[in-house]
Amino acid sequence: MTYVNRLQNVTVLGAGGKMGSGILLLTAMEMTDLSLLPENKDKDFIINAVDVSDKALSGLMDFLKTQVTKAAEKKTVILRETYKDRSDLIENSDIIKQYVFDVMKIVRCTTRLEPCYDSTLIFEAIKEDPDLKVKILSQIVGNNKKSPWFFTNTSSIPIHELDESAKLDGRILGFHFYNPPAVQKLAELISSDSTQKEVIEFALQYAKKLRKTIVHSNDVAGFIGNGHFMRDALFGISEVERLSEKGSFVEAVYKINKVSQDFLIRPMGIFQLVDYVGLDVCSYIMSVMNSRLSDQNLHSSLLDSLIVKGVVGGQFADGSQKDGLLKYEKGRPVGIYNPDEEEYTLISEFQEKCDKELGTLPKATLPWRAVIGNPAKKDILSDHFKELNSMKTLGAELAGNYGEQSKKIALQLVTDNVARNEEDVNTILLTGFYHSYGPINEYFK
Amino acid sequence: MKLRKKIYMTAGYNTISLGTGRKEFHPKKSRPGIDHYIKESGKATLDKIGGGKNVDECVIGNFMAARFNKQANLPGFFPMIDDDLKWKPAIAVEGACASGGLALVTGIKSVLAETADVVLTIGVEVQNTVKAIYGADILAGAGWYGERKTGHAYFFPGKFSDRAGAYFEKYGREKSRKALARWYRNAIENARLCPTAQEFHNKIEDLETMALMEPNPKAFVNNLNVFDCSKVSDAASAIAIVSEDGLHRISISKDDAVEIIGFGQAQYDITKPPADLTRLETTETAVKKAFESAGITKDDLAMVECHDCFTIAGVMGTEAIGFAKPGEGADFVADGNTTRDGKIPFNTTGGLIGWGHPTGGTGVHQAVTIWEQLTGKAGDAQIKIPDEKPYGLSVNMGGDDKTVVAIVYKRG
Ligand SMILES: NC(=O)c1ccc[n+]([C@@H]2O[C@H](COP(=O)([O-])OP(=O)(O)OC[C@H]3O[C@@H](n4cnc5c(N)ncnc54)[C@H](O)[C@@H]3O)[C@@H](O)[C@H]2O)c1
Repeated sequence: MTYVNRLQNVTVLGAGGKMGSGILLLTAMEMTDLSLLPENKDKDFIINAVDVSDKALSGLMDFLKTQVTKAAEKKTVILRETYKDRSDLIENSDIIKQYVFDVMKIVRCTTRLEPCYDSTLIFEAIKEDPDLKVKILSQIVGNNKKSPWFFTNTSSIPIHELDESAKLDGRILGFHFYNPPAVQKLAELISSDSTQKEVIEFALQYAKKLRKTIVHSNDVAGFIGNGHFMRDALFGISEVERLSEKGSFVEAVYKINKVSQDFLIRPMGIFQLVDYVGLDVCSYIMSVMNSRLSDQNLHSSLLDSLIVKGVVGGQFADGSQKDGLLKYEKGRPVGIYNPDEEEYTLISEFQEKCDKELGTLPKATLPWRAVIGNPAKKDILSDHFKELNSMKTLGAELAGNYGEQSKKIALQLVTDNVARNEEDVNTILLTGFYHSYGPINEYFK
Repeated sequence: MKLRKKIYMTAGYNTISLGTGRKEFHPKKSRPGIDHYIKESGKATLDKIGGGKNVDECVIGNFMAARFNKQANLPGFFPMIDDDLKWKPAIAVEGACASGGLALVTGIKSVLAETADVVLTIGVEVQNTVKAIYGADILAGAGWYGERKTGHAYFFPGKFSDRAGAYFEKYGREKSRKALARWYRNAIENARLCPTAQEFHNKIEDLETMALMEPNPKAFVNNLNVFDCSKVSDAASAIAIVSEDGLHRISISKDDAVEIIGFGQAQYDITKPPADLTRLETTETAVKKAFESAGITKDDLAMVECHDCFTIAGVMGTEAIGFAKPGEGADFVADGNTTRDGKIPFNTTGGLIGWGHPTGGTGVHQAVTIWEQLTGKAGDAQIKIPDEKPYGLSVNMGGDDKTVVAIVYKRG
């Protein structure tokens, strides 16, 4: 089966969700672009958008309309060429509207599984629950006579496990998009020992067409991205627990969040990132990893207790940040959750005091935003860390510990054979997490 | 043809040119509509000439309000500016980006015809109502509809990119691209001196290096980059066109006015491509007529406001006016001859690239700039006007060198 044939009948499971909607958008546009090539004129293209929630599916249609319009506005130069034989499409606006319609018309929204029994390629992006995933995949493979290929977006579940439990015969791989799929350049590709070669080849071609950067991860729970992130977060939590033995909890959260952002020149503090992903999602990923990696304790009772209290983070439908461990106003943290009082304490009440205790930032420091695309990034970072390492402040000490730990986690991923090499780990953190430097570096011991 | 009567312009006013680059501009926030711009500019001029009661006739130049703002019948806005304009004659004129220039000559002709002694003239365009990719459709109306289907997504950048390509091929790419970058730098440096300019807040240091960025044909056009293009602007300008009697009526002295001593208009067939892509022949013709009418030559000019909708149009403009031979405009510009202290200052407040390009308003903006310079009202952007050269020239072009108006001004 050719690349094009494989993409003629596709399904996205969980298409109304955060990841599913983005995967559907990108895949539907790729399919539409293929359908518009002269040689494919007579072929049919269909993408089933499957979700249990009707509401999520109608939201998906709104999302598609806006996003495809935006994409079409960006590639109008090329689209004018595509539609050059359509004498009825003259202005850019005609062409953009036609393209949006051409994408929308291959999408079939449904709350039933039956339509995907005809699909040859199935993306799975339902929630991170191994039993549910196995159940759905088994049901499909039992009814679909086309030997479909499965691309799962799982954040943590080993691929061989899904393969074996759902009896997929090596027709599955992990195609781990980052959030949001339409924006993030990175995808982790995870194959198990039994994943068929053609499936991997197709995945690489598909990734190339979508202009995604691929990093191969070995088939170990959590893979590279969450393998680093979850441990990094757990270290942050342990630092908070250590600091709050002798002081206040909210102040400790503030300090570690600030150190992991400003002192380490990262795009956001570690707890803001946990909120962004969602405390519940993090906890789920940890539990999947924990039960499969016997040698470490990947679990946080703090997270669990917060989730019980309804402190979960995540995003609203419009993409804005929900309150989590931190409270947000216009996307900026303004408060920190105090579990004892079960309410948020305003950061402004203790910020000055904590900043004084942390001490000043190195003089050479620039904010992440000014560093990330800076041609002089290397020099800026090396000046920053040189100075930081020579400082005797609390902030410098916490930052040093944090950077060291992050490096240790990254190196361990290579030792444990999760990542093929050090560079892959760095690529993931640079591309998927927008760090301004890789965790494996010369700045830390 | 020598003008048979003395004509003056005075009491000019420019709104700011709003769009990307201005601190006040936020693409997602709501902005003033076209009525606001018409009122602000018209009222400012009326305040200087004693109000609407002194006005005999009104002219407004605009290109595409019908599509940008879903508004036609613009003469209807004059009585909104001042109740005393109710029942007075008013007219709107259109000739794409030369609409402003056409509005000026319409006013001039009314005074020459002695049907008016005081004409209020406004030029306006409000274009940020749509994204640039849709604005390109609207602006494509300045070209021939029959070419839209085969034309570039960015229709006019595409047209001038083709001109640039032909120029590069004939005269050398490297020196030409250097000249375009220099043109850009001059435009921004001049705009920084004019508080109403769209690039007034531009702080970038190495402008020329930035402007030398390689064009990206996949996302834009073959031979030009974004710095080679004027931006999308919302703005209006107003000026009064008056006879000698008119000056008395509005109590303004000749020192505060410029005299219009000649003008030239020329038209080319919109359905035909230019005979020679490397020349602006309609501009050449209009400028020649203007010089004949005024009885001066290019050597008498103290300044020029030319129609640099694209940097390449600026460079080719120096040739069309006669400052450089064909192919040598690039050297003329690259050598700094068109800077504010060069041999002949061009576009002293930034021109279309630096001040902004509210398409149908640009012609009037040029007149206001020359009036300011020749009467010493240009503030930080003021250049020295030598006593022996009290003249300025404006060149306003509609479409791809299709509709052109050139006007010669003299210190009053
Ligand atoms: N959110 C992230 O940052 C992120 C990043 C990478 C990978 N992932 C992974 O992607 C997957 C989806 O995560 P998400 O964040 O998009 O979750 P989500 O909750 O936003 O979306 C899941 C969607 O699946 C639907 N769904 C649930 N059960 C279903 C069923 N039985 N059949 C069909 N649809 C069903 C839900 O209605 C929902 O619309 C998970 O495996 C997650 O680990 C998430």
